[in-house]
Amino acid sequence: MNVQFRLKAAVLSALMFIVFVVLWHGLTFQQSHETEGIPLTSEQSALLKASGMSESDMQAYAAKGLVFEQIQQIAGLGLSSADIDAAGGIESFGFTTGGAAEEAKTGFPSPSLVWEEAYEQIRDPFYDKGPNDKGIGIQLKYSLLRVGAGFLLAVLVSIPAGFLIGMSPLVNLAFTPFVQILKPISPLAWLPVALYIIKDSEKASIFVIFVCSIWPMLLNTAFGVASVKRDYINIARTLELSKFRTALTVILPAAAPTIFTGMKISIGIAWLVIVAAEMVIGGIGMGYFVWNEWNGLNLASMIFAIFVIGIVGLLLDFVIGRLIAVTDYKE
Amino acid sequence: MNLTNDPFDPNIDLWNECGERSQSEEAAPTSIADFVISPKEKETQAFLSKRKFATGDPGSVTQRALENSVMKGIFGDDLSRRRFLKAVGASTAYTAISSLIPFHSLQAMVDDAMKKIEKKDLKIGFVPITCATPIIGGHALDFFKKYGLNVDIIKTAGWAVARDKCMNGEYDASHLLAPMPAAMSLGLGSASQDWRMVTNVNTNGQAIVLANKHKDKNDPKLWKGFKFGVPFEYSMHNLLLRLYVAEHGIDPDKDIQIRVIPPPEMVANLRAENVDGYLAPDPFNQRAVYDGVGFIHKLTKDIWDQHPCCCFGISQKFIDENPNTFIVLLTAILDATNTVELRQNRVAFAEAMSPRNYLNQPSAVLKQILTGIYPDGLGNIKNVPDRISFMPYPAQSMGVWILSQMKRWGYISKDIDFKSASDEIFLSTETESAMKAMSEKNRNVKWSDIPASKYPVYDVYGKEFDPGKVIEYIDSFEIKRS
Repeated sequence: MNVQFRLKAAVLSALMFIVFVVLWHGLTFQQSHETEGIPLTSEQSALLKASGMSESDMQAYAAKGLVFEQIQQIAGLGLSSADIDAAGGIESFGFTTGGAAEEAKTGFPSPSLVWEEAYEQIRDPFYDKGPNDKGIGIQLKYSLLRVGAGFLLAVLVSIPAGFLIGMSPLVNLAFTPFVQILKPISPLAWLPVALYIIKDSEKASIFVIFVCSIWPMLLNTAFGVASVKRDYINIARTLELSKFRTALTVILPAAAPTIFTGMKISIGIAWLVIVAAEMVIGGIGMGYFVWNEWNGLNLASMIFAIFVIGIVGLLLDFVIGRLIAVTDYKE
Repeated sequence: MNLTNDPFDPNIDLWNECGERSQSEEAAPTSIADFVISPKEKETQAFLSKRKFATGDPGSVTQRALENSVMKGIFGDDLSRRRFLKAVGASTAYTAISSLIPFHSLQAMVDDAMKKIEKKDLKIGFVPITCATPIIGGHALDFFKKYGLNVDIIKTAGWAVARDKCMNGEYDASHLLAPMPAAMSLGLGSASQDWRMVTNVNTNGQAIVLANKHKDKNDPKLWKGFKFGVPFEYSMHNLLLRLYVAEHGIDPDKDIQIRVIPPPEMVANLRAENVDGYLAPDPFNQRAVYDGVGFIHKLTKDIWDQHPCCCFGISQKFIDENPNTFIVLLTAILDATNTVELRQNRVAFAEAMSPRNYLNQPSAVLKQILTGIYPDGLGNIKNVPDRISFMPYPAQSMGVWILSQMKRWGYISKDIDFKSASDEIFLSTETESAMKAMSEKNRNVKWSDIPASKYPVYDVYGKEFDPGKVIEYIDSFEIKRS
């Protein structure tokens, strides 16, 4: 691939992104409709005055789009303007022109709204305002730590096990039914079981990462080991290398690209799963962040979080991709 | 009730919630003589100024609360109290009354416990709903700190997770649904572990919300085929919804579908038309109106006024191991509960709970809920001050009612002794004594609507519930599963 070709691809990517944002902006653009007041007739204001409402109060309500019947209701309930203010102000009652309840106030956020939210978050990523409100940087740190711990455990188990399965056709066949049954189980299905058995939500979420990332690595390691060229092993045998040394110095480097490919798949899945697991368990982490914003129905900041999750996933993928490139070899 | 009012001050109205210096007794001075301060009055002023204390001192607050209630108990109305104090002078009155009533005995219990706290650092779980106002607002406004406790409150995603985290020992105590300690102790839907319902954190405060497209179906008889959300199977929400629809001839198991949805996901599900309505805790009822997706069909207050809802749950193990911490924690929660029950504190609690760390909701929504002045989504403005109340006393009858409904709908299949089961799980006695330690004999304090019997009779949706006649009550329903 030459430089010019890459440049063209980059320009195309940028174009697609711009089109996407423009479309998004167009679809979410809302003309801000001002509430139009409905002036009270002199008859109506006389009636309201009779029920004890001050002239300025009733004019203020009318100017904010309330119809006569609603203002009459306020007067009938004996609510002063101070009472209404204590309840968050008449604006928060959601009446627009004609006293109708506003339809779907919190529509889908526009790109500029998401950007504002993102800017707020990025400006101070490590703030800590108590156990339930921490900056995006701290949330990311916890999610990455969980993924790291679960993933590392899975590496420690799956690579030796994969070697064993790959080097011995007998073990391979014996293990197959278990692997095939366990592999398709959604890791989230393990979560309640893990919570019940382990009795610790932190360890349970690490366990879930462990369970979901073990299978691709195990299968890829086994496959990589099994498909190392017989020639390499034969040469090792003629050189009278021990089985252990053969595994370490011949099979491992030969199978490394396949093993790393397994890792790449695993880390991708682990990152998918941790967000879902944290949404269920709560506490802290990117999943919790998304859940907490959902709970407040704050879509703009959820979309920002989704972008962050995507970008971190990309980086994780990139790191392991480099490892594959380094260990790759041409025959 | 304001706990910091001095009941020996003849110039305040003790019965007036705000304890403002009342004007009724003191007319504007008309002659020179009115400006002269009598020696008795001087002595009274000196006595009162000695008794002033820093509001942050919890020991003095409980002491004062006790005196308040005793004075109210003795005099019955404010006029006679003030006349008496003016006649004999405050300090003489104090000496006379304290020789009769040992102000220090009950309060000493809390004081003593505060000196011997076994565990200072506590983790308390909560689900982000306004029911937990005494816990959430109590934390935001430093009620725990005031009693020497270092509490972290942890947001929990749903009731099943809250239960599991309680059982795992990750939480020392937690905001739970009123029926949950019963279900946990009986081992329904989980392993069995002894959990206790210590106080109600709230009463009322729930509502049935329907999607806007059902504006023309504002009558339960038209609800056949509807899908409803409730926050948990073992919840007052589920039991009240079942009772309500059944009273209108709808069988909750056959005619409608009831599914469990965690509270925060209610509005999103209503918007997506995944459900036709729900019986859920606030803020998600008012939030549906605020977002223009639904309207409030009925407040649960109108099904059973002062029904229990959420509770402060704690494990028997924790109580056994930390008896003093338990008393102090209970007192802190009761203090917060009592404070937010007062109208004038509601806005402050609403504002304190709005940030991301707590409820993560627009403060306007929380204010509408706590003040009870709100739009109902049908264009009306309502004023229902007790839309949500904070009455802590967990009467055993409430427990018996919950068990009766769990039996009615087949959640409990075996025969149980309703009263002894509820006696064990609902800690009325302990709560009552802690409440009394704060305001003994105070007939006017709202929370001390402690019923004369542990088993008061309730009116639930127009039907009398006598905890002595549970079987008859269950049998009287047409639609039931047992």
